Amino acid sequence: MSVLSCNHINGCRWSLLVVVVVLVCSALPSDASAPPVHPARGTNGLNITNNGTAKKAFPVIGINYEHVRKPFEVSLWILLALLMKLGFHIMPHVSSVVPESCLLIVVGLLVGGFIKVIGEEPPVLDAKLFFLYLLPPIILDAGYFLPIRPFTENVGTILVFAVVGTLWNAFFTGGLLYALCQIESVHLPEIDLLSCLIFGTIVSAVDPVAVLAVFQEIHINELLHILVFGESLLNDAVTVVLYNLLKEFSEVGSVTLLDVFLGVVCFFVVSLGGILVGTIYGFLAAFTSRFTSHTRVIEPLFVFLYSYMAYLSSELFHLSGIMALIACGVVMRPYVEANISHKSYTTIKYFLKMWSSVSETLIFIFLGVSTVAGPHAWNWAFVVGTVVLCLVSRVLGVIGLTFIINRFRIIKLTKKDQFIVAYGGLRGAIAFSLGYLLSVNPPMRNLFLTAIITVIFFTVFVQGMTIRPLVELLAVKRKTESKTSINEEIHTEFLDHLLRGVEDICGHYGHYHWKDKLSRFNKTHVKRWLITGKNFKEPELIAFYRKMELKQAIMMVESGQLSSSHPSTVSMQNIEPRAIPRVSKKQEEEIRRILRTNLQNNKQRMRSRSYSRHTLFEVDEEDDMSAVLLRKTKMDMDRTVSVLENRMSHYLTVPANRESPRIGVRRVRFESDNQVFSTDSLHTVRFDKLSQRGILDAGSLEAGRTDRGKLRTDSGTMGYNHQGELDYQSRARCLSDPGPKKELQQPLEEEDDEIFMS
Amino acid sequence: MGASQSGRAEHEFQDLSDRTRFSLEQVNNLNKRFRQLSNNKETLSREDLASLPDLDNNPIRLQIINAFFDKRNLSQDGVGIVQEISFEEFLMVLSHFQPAAMDITEDNREKLRREKLRFLFNMHDTDGNGIITLEEYRQAVEELLSKAGTIDPDTVKAIADAAMLEVASTTRGKMEPDEFYEGITFEHFLQILKTLNIESTMHVRFRNLDTGNMRCGK
Repeated sequence: MSVLSCNHINGCRWSLLVVVVVLVCSALPSDASAPPVHPARGTNGLNITNNGTAKKAFPVIGINYEHVRKPFEVSLWILLALLMKLGFHIMPHVSSVVPESCLLIVVGLLVGGFIKVIGEEPPVLDAKLFFLYLLPPIILDAGYFLPIRPFTENVGTILVFAVVGTLWNAFFTGGLLYALCQIESVHLPEIDLLSCLIFGTIVSAVDPVAVLAVFQEIHINELLHILVFGESLLNDAVTVVLYNLLKEFSEVGSVTLLDVFLGVVCFFVVSLGGILVGTIYGFLAAFTSRFTSHTRVIEPLFVFLYSYMAYLSSELFHLSGIMALIACGVVMRPYVEANISHKSYTTIKYFLKMWSSVSETLIFIFLGVSTVAGPHAWNWAFVVGTVVLCLVSRVLGVIGLTFIINRFRIIKLTKKDQFIVAYGGLRGAIAFSLGYLLSVNPPMRNLFLTAIITVIFFTVFVQGMTIRPLVELLAVKRKTESKTSINEEIHTEFLDHLLRGVEDICGHYGHYHWKDKLSRFNKTHVKRWLITGKNFKEPELIAFYRKMELKQAIMMVESGQLSSSHPSTVSMQNIEPRAIPRVSKKQEEEIRRILRTNLQNNKQRMRSRSYSRHTLFEVDEEDDMSAVLLRKTKMDMDRTVSVLENRMSHYLTVPANRESPRIGVRRVRFESDNQVFSTDSLHTVRFDKLSQRGILDAGSLEAGRTDRGKLRTDSGTMGYNHQGELDYQSRARCLSDPGPKKELQQPLEEEDDEIFMS
Repeated sequence: MGASQSGRAEHEFQDLSDRTRFSLEQVNNLNKRFRQLSNNKETLSREDLASLPDLDNNPIRLQIINAFFDKRNLSQDGVGIVQEISFEEFLMVLSHFQPAAMDITEDNREKLRREKLRFLFNMHDTDGNGIITLEEYRQAVEELLSKAGTIDPDTVKAIADAAMLEVASTTRGKMEPDEFYEGITFEHFLQILKTLNIESTMHVRFRNLDTGNMRCGK
């Protein structure tokens, strides 16, 4: 089997390579319009050349490359990128050792080399293309699915790393490089301090694209992931401000204290302004989504367009586009998700993932191509110095800052954590693009670009490849793969309230106090404007519960029926306190048989009388009561099923029934094969319970009613099936709840769970 | 307060600080708070806590207040509830909310986790028999959702039932239809809440510095 697949894979690889080569050749911007036409014209056309008038025959075939050139090339590049990605995942050995980003850069190098060999000019990563088209999807994807709880819990740490850390890196690297340039033997006397500082700024920013690409594959624990990733997102503001500031200075020529002060003010304006713009657009998106219940198809577009507008608007004002995008995604998510349909949610999720995936792939390939393309100026001392200084400054920065931060943190950062944070500071395409935009004179620029590319390569290749074995070596805590269970959810909320209460008793306004205040403000004032209908009153726990049920339902539907090889785990009857005396199975059967015959008698009797549905409780004969209960149960079931149908109609296309009764149980088929859910037996067992009590009094009727009341819950599936369980004491085939995943053996990606639940 | 009295108080505080792992400043601050809450009496009663206006919005306020007067939280094997607590007992209850020390050993971390989860467990196990039954759990969920407007009681029950089912499934695995799952024992509780990292999440920052501007709770 493996041999076969090996050959198959080899064959695939070769064919992919061939396809790639063909595609690349055809992507080359050649003056393709001219040559191929000649033979055509030669054969088709009649050239009457005597008196200079040439009459062309009607061209049956013609080629007009210029017409489709741009979209053609773009599509080809994207196709190439995706085929590469596909190729990597077919080769399992390579992708487990080398992170995808490295492979893509290598591919880029190869493609670039190939193009150069042919003699064409390889395309360079255009900064405008990068910042306006390639970067936003990645950032939006990251921002929309940002795990809020860990982020807000660590926001102080993240900010310190992002702001202070980046500043430190920039000045340390820039300053020391300048010192390096002053040394005689380096032969770089013309690089002045400001240029070095700009260079330091560009090269010191941790890149979110690279971090995401690498960290996604190593599944590190949530805290570290959010620290490094959050830092990479938030340092954009610092980078933007410093970059613009230093560029201004270098053009003006001198720096005064006022300028520095203005620079600081500018930082706040840029970051807070970006966040403000993002928040405004986020609220707009949320408000819009309130009205989309009739046009569900365009819901995802609103999400994407508002976010993109937020990014563009803030770039318009030189504010931090990344922070705007993050703020927009974070703000709009809870409201939008409460309003949009499940399908729209899935669409948004998949489109974001798709776009960010394509973007990332393209970015790395272009990096590789640009490396081959760009003019380079190599200077050993400078380049090596850059790499070394970047590493050193990062390590020193992290250690120093952690020392200060740990005084204010409850959960301290250990040495291992610090190492991972330092090691995970990867540089990427943002640095390259910013370097490309530099307006310093060309030789310096080439040198800078070379150095930047070297740093990027070093961090992505060396650090990217070795981080995974290091993580395993150091036994860093990995991401816990557990699903959020309802118990955890309940207790998380419980803890929140408990801690808030204790804070109040101790008398100080702490973290939980403000969190609670914000959440209450949100509930009372904000939600009513942004969420459709009555949903805004729903507490989070219930919303969570419904989501969970829905998920379960869908999982069950997708996995087909539960196979009978999975015996029941626990069903409701195991936990429901039993008020009824236990009857042996044989006796149950006996009783059931008796009652069934009774019921048939009753039915006949009933039909002869004209019986009003509404005089249910004036009958005191047991038999009649049973018949009456039969009908009442049927009514309840009807009602429940219609309620369920309404709720589930969006979501489920449950396969058809077997021998189901006409009450429409077909819609909610989640039990296994053995559990036959027919009207008869349901009601029979109902009588079973009641009859065991002997006397029919209001009390038991009450109990019966509340039990059946379970059927009526809006929460649908669970309640409904619990009812089924109760009635099936003998054939306890239960709806297993999703806790033990092994039962369903669902190949659902874990990210589904996390993202849906978070 | 005479000099001798404050000297004795200092000594007491030092003693308390050693026993409850609070720092001296924290003990001082908490004492001031205690005095505020109890109107300068020696003991704190339920009414004192119940009259805190901030707690009004808290859905589980009754359970929190009960926790302070629950003997199980005050000593290892206490049973039942008391009506009033002294400052020392106040501190003991609050010591459950201390964070883990940075250099804590694995064993101690486990112990700390058990301690904190025990506190939570006691809050749910209202009749004190060491097991959280379905009724008690339902009660807990109901309280939790009590401040959130009108809630359908069936939904509440369904949530509690689902949670209970989950516990039973994860801890007991397979169960015959005849078996009855009594309720969540402490061990099961530990198991299902393993992922919450309770030793780091269940903490409150206690003030170290002198608090001139501590708000009055009344």
